[in-house]
Amino acid sequence: MTGLYALFRSTVGLKWLMGVSGLVLSGFVVVHMLGNLQVYLGPDAINAYAESLRKMPVLLWTARIVLLVAFGLHVFSAVRITQLNRAARQHQYELWSPQVTTYAARTMFMGGIILFAFVLYHLAHFTFGLTHPEHFQLHDAKGRHDVYAMVVLGFRQPLVSLSYLVAMVPLLLHLQHGVSSFFQTFGLNHPRYNGIIRALGPIVGLIVFFGNCSIPLAVLAGLIPYPVVGK
Amino acid sequence: MRLTLRIWRQKDANSPGQFVTYVKDHVVPDMSFLELLDALNRELVERGEEPVAFESDCREGICGSCSLVINGIPHGPGRGKASCQLYMRHFRDGDTITVEPFRAKPFPVLRDLIVDRSAFDRIMQAGGFISVNAGSAPEANSIPVPKQNQELAMDAAACIGCGACVAACKNASAMLFVAAKVSHLGLLPQGQPERYRRVRNMVAQMDKEGFGGCSNTFECEAVCPKQISVRFIARLNRDYLRAVLLEP
Repeated sequence: MTGLYALFRSTVGLKWLMGVSGLVLSGFVVVHMLGNLQVYLGPDAINAYAESLRKMPVLLWTARIVLLVAFGLHVFSAVRITQLNRAARQHQYELWSPQVTTYAARTMFMGGIILFAFVLYHLAHFTFGLTHPEHFQLHDAKGRHDVYAMVVLGFRQPLVSLSYLVAMVPLLLHLQHGVSSFFQTFGLNHPRYNGIIRALGPIVGLIVFFGNCSIPLAVLAGLIPYPVVGK
Repeated sequence: MRLTLRIWRQKDANSPGQFVTYVKDHVVPDMSFLELLDALNRELVERGEEPVAFESDCREGICGSCSLVINGIPHGPGRGKASCQLYMRHFRDGDTITVEPFRAKPFPVLRDLIVDRSAFDRIMQAGGFISVNAGSAPEANSIPVPKQNQELAMDAAACIGCGACVAACKNASAMLFVAAKVSHLGLLPQGQPERYRRVRNMVAQMDKEGFGGCSNTFECEAVCPKQISVRFIARLNRDYLRAVLLEP
């Protein structure tokens, strides 16, 4: 087997697909978190940021298409490799005592299913405006789509906030194993750098976890006001 | 010492198996695990029962024949040793020990604790060699080998092909074994002409045998009796991508 075909068929090729798409998705998750954190700068900052993205349709749609392809490849490779993995051990051990396998590594597929469902809900909520259309149609004083109001009003509902907070746990675990893992899949393993590589997954995971969780928690605690007095 | 042993008994490849419990007295702490099974078998034979079938050969950790999963760990507790080098002093009087065969679809159980590991032989036949005409040994210094490569190649060549990596992996992946074989030849000058064909063919055979994929859990490295490093898996991943995309 040679060429791109091998990447879609062999176990090693599938891991390359999973790693490359995972790198794109992890990069997006970090950038997305940085964008979200602008909510702390007030309505003007985050609404201007959202508006600037809309004013660059080529960039926006290129990014969306790349993400969609990466997402599709990630799901495809995960489903295929999980099928192969399960077929490889049909008779389970009566007693299995993993020595170094982490909880995160063992639950990548289940965590992935939860994240898949979360992404659909998250898109329905903030991108398509399906779950709370009344928050989606707001505009600020400058006539821009009021992202700030949408976020704050959405997260004021405890169940909505809770669903986001819960989904951040599998995301943390997914990044913890995934980010360190793609270095290995890409063939980057050297005793000199392995300490950093193995720490990077948990570090990225925790940064994204705390960064994203802080927003609904801050809204519920009343630290992000709406409407903003004096503006 | 007195131990309770829960051992997987299976008549043949087509029969269902089950755990059978044996109580073994007079266990000496300096016995190896295989000597414990020998002693148990002697008692079973004296009682007119069928002895427990298990594999062994050198009993000094270099042949790769022994293949037991002891208390959920291939080759049992402790690092860098095969089942034959596991001594009973690692257990306590009164312990219950569960003994299972390696579990993987490409390693079918033949009887009791014996599995068929010829899938590994077929992977070796797919590329784990160099095609040179045999003859007298070449002059020692005619092909220079960098010291670092020579040492890495020897680390990889330490693999005894026991299959503990497969047994330990949650996916029953053979990546550590294949990576060790691909690397030990791929690091040396004599292995270069077939380097990329080798990795392609060995991975294809590995997949054909039905081993799972690598999830980078590194469980294989933890149980490997020769402590083969997962570095070699990274090297395989690198060589494989180049082999399929750039080296037709």
